[in-house]
Amino acid sequence: MEPLLEVKQLHIQFQAHGGTVKAVRGIDFTIGKGETLAIVGESGCGKSVSSLAIMGLIDHPGKITNGSIIFKGKDLTRLTSKEMRKVQGIDISMVFQDPMTALNPTLTIESQLIEGLIHQKKMSKRVAKKEAIKVLEWVGISNPHERLKQYPHQLSGGMRQRIVIAMALICEPDLLIADEPTTALDVTIQAQILDLFESIQKRTGISIVIITHDLGVVAKMADRIAVMYAGRIVEMGSKRQVFYHSEHPYTRALLNSVVRLDQTSHSLKPIEGSPPDLFSPPKGCAFVDRCPFAMEVCGRVQPQKSRLREGHQIECWLQDTRAVAVRKEMLASQL
Amino acid sequence: MMNFIFRRLLAMLLTIWVIATLTFILMHAIPGSPFNSHNGKQLNETVQKNMEMHYNLDKPLPIQYLIYMKSVATFNYGPSIKHPNDTVNSLISDGFPVSFELGMITLIVAIISGLILGVLAALKANHFIDYVAMTIAVLGISIPNFVLASLLIQEFSVNLGWLPPSMWTSWKSEVLPTIALATGPMAIIARLIRTSMIEVLTQDYIRTARSKGLSPFLIVMKHALKNALLPVITLLGTLAAGILTGTFVIEKIFAIPGMGKYFVDSINSRDYPVIMGTTVFYSSILIVLLFIVDMAYGWLDPRIKLHKKEVS
Ligand SMILES: Nc1ncnc2c1ncn2[C@@H]1O[C@H](COP(=O)(O)OP(=O)(O)O)[C@@H](O)[C@H]1O
Ligand code: SF4
Ligand SMILES: [Mg+2]
Repeated sequence: MEPLLEVKQLHIQFQAHGGTVKAVRGIDFTIGKGETLAIVGESGCGKSVSSLAIMGLIDHPGKITNGSIIFKGKDLTRLTSKEMRKVQGIDISMVFQDPMTALNPTLTIESQLIEGLIHQKKMSKRVAKKEAIKVLEWVGISNPHERLKQYPHQLSGGMRQRIVIAMALICEPDLLIADEPTTALDVTIQAQILDLFESIQKRTGISIVIITHDLGVVAKMADRIAVMYAGRIVEMGSKRQVFYHSEHPYTRALLNSVVRLDQTSHSLKPIEGSPPDLFSPPKGCAFVDRCPFAMEVCGRVQPQKSRLREGHQIECWLQDTRAVAVRKEMLASQL
Repeated sequence: MMNFIFRRLLAMLLTIWVIATLTFILMHAIPGSPFNSHNGKQLNETVQKNMEMHYNLDKPLPIQYLIYMKSVATFNYGPSIKHPNDTVNSLISDGFPVSFELGMITLIVAIISGLILGVLAALKANHFIDYVAMTIAVLGISIPNFVLASLLIQEFSVNLGWLPPSMWTSWKSEVLPTIALATGPMAIIARLIRTSMIEVLTQDYIRTARSKGLSPFLIVMKHALKNALLPVITLLGTLAAGILTGTFVIEKIFAIPGMGKYFVDSINSRDYPVIMGTTVFYSSILIVLLFIVDMAYGWLDPRIKLHKKEVS
């Protein structure tokens, strides 16, 4: 099946005072129709930057230096900004992390909700308003007529995130990118918002990229998972494959830290150490300084992708036939 | 809301009373009287006595104060001492429309050109246009308006002969005084807009707007400008005050028949009724202006409105 979106060898860099931040260093992934892909990873690993690249929202000092983003057969990296605007909101839309700041405080909900329909789809205000009320009901907002007249500060955080989601859906895009859509919300509200994403997907068959560092969210939402570390996707597979059959030390450490959190909540031990400096990322595997199984080759040469099984691949030297012994050790360990 | 407006009105009246009282005190604190400063010529003593009696200046100060407060309350300051044939009110109704026109045109020109300059600079931050705009702004702020007025007259009236150097008779005669008076406030507005616009453009809601595929023009006009204007609105009261007092100087330079002439003369000649009348009149205008500015602020930022509702 032709994927809806195909990201190939995407590289993104930021020009900063001290040099060049290599934020995304060659990632590949695809999303099929109606599929949910979760991108997980520690903060700073390049999740947001990757999603902004798909939306065409990387600007100075950031730059896509290499790679392509093929959406419905078009390479989005080659579009002019004017052409890209026809994709934004219409074909691909985005839900941001913090609903308290994502809405304009000086404009009514109505004016922010319908502007896509009016300026992009050239609808009349009357028709657009009808559409807005429909979408608001959809995302579970009561009294939509009332809400349209209100300003963001008059609504609660959960309500605002529903508005942001309604705004992202109103032009009926094929792909929705949600960047940590529940991180800023209360736990009870988080669950409601995730349920909302699921019901939206059932209803519309929209494809979703959900970005999170919360494995609970991943467990609930994802069909497939991409694990990012220091600007690369180190593991990619179905939810089952990644959760139960991971062979990547980083993924396993990540999963393990959650298990430990569940058992004895006071002894949460995240992975020791911190990700490498992206000004000068290591030549080899970026996890080498924190990896208990690191071998001599790891720091020198970037591990290639190896396929564990259909649809499941990782980047790790342990898959090399010469590392069988260490690999066994890893599989037997707690990590 | 009504409660809020009512309390604001009360505060405004109180402010006017304080200003009126201060003016009264200051006026009597400066040495001299309306009758002994006449070109150094001393008036006949009986004539002076009569005059003082006529204008109630022989009465003790507290009584004078009460008489004066009555005239403030009734908007009736009686005749000018210097021009006995004119009442203070007629001087105001004679001169103020011209000053008001000059002030208003200046304010509008300053706001519009400051806005355009500031937005352009912000959109092209650290590019050529930005540097040009900000150089103009720095010059505009640092050159006093009376110096600029003289330069403009020298260049455009004397050297080029394009525009008249004085009076207030046609649109042509209005150009130079307006430029002279508007440049300073324009520069202040431009710098302020630039700073706040650059700040606003980094906000999350701007990124949201961009993710909807809106054009850059629409994003600036609809999503950014209103927010970027907030700090300018706060400053508008002060700017308007500066322009109003600036008119006095500019009117003098361009020989414009506005309030400036009467106001400056009245202080030199200790023309008490005129000093009091024009001061109270001008402060009232400023206070009303500040009130309007506050209302505009509430309109621009709906969060403010709610806040006030909760307070009242
Ligand atoms: N505007 C920027 N200028 C410089 N570096 C940036 C900029 N935006 C992001 N980065 C860098 O890109 C990397 C990835 O950031 P991001 O995608 O936001 O991480 P996350 O996975 O937490 O969403 C970080 O190291 C960050 O420092
Ligand atoms: S490549 Fe080496 S350092 Fe990197 S995760 Fe695998 S074993 Fe650890
Ligand atoms: Mg992020």
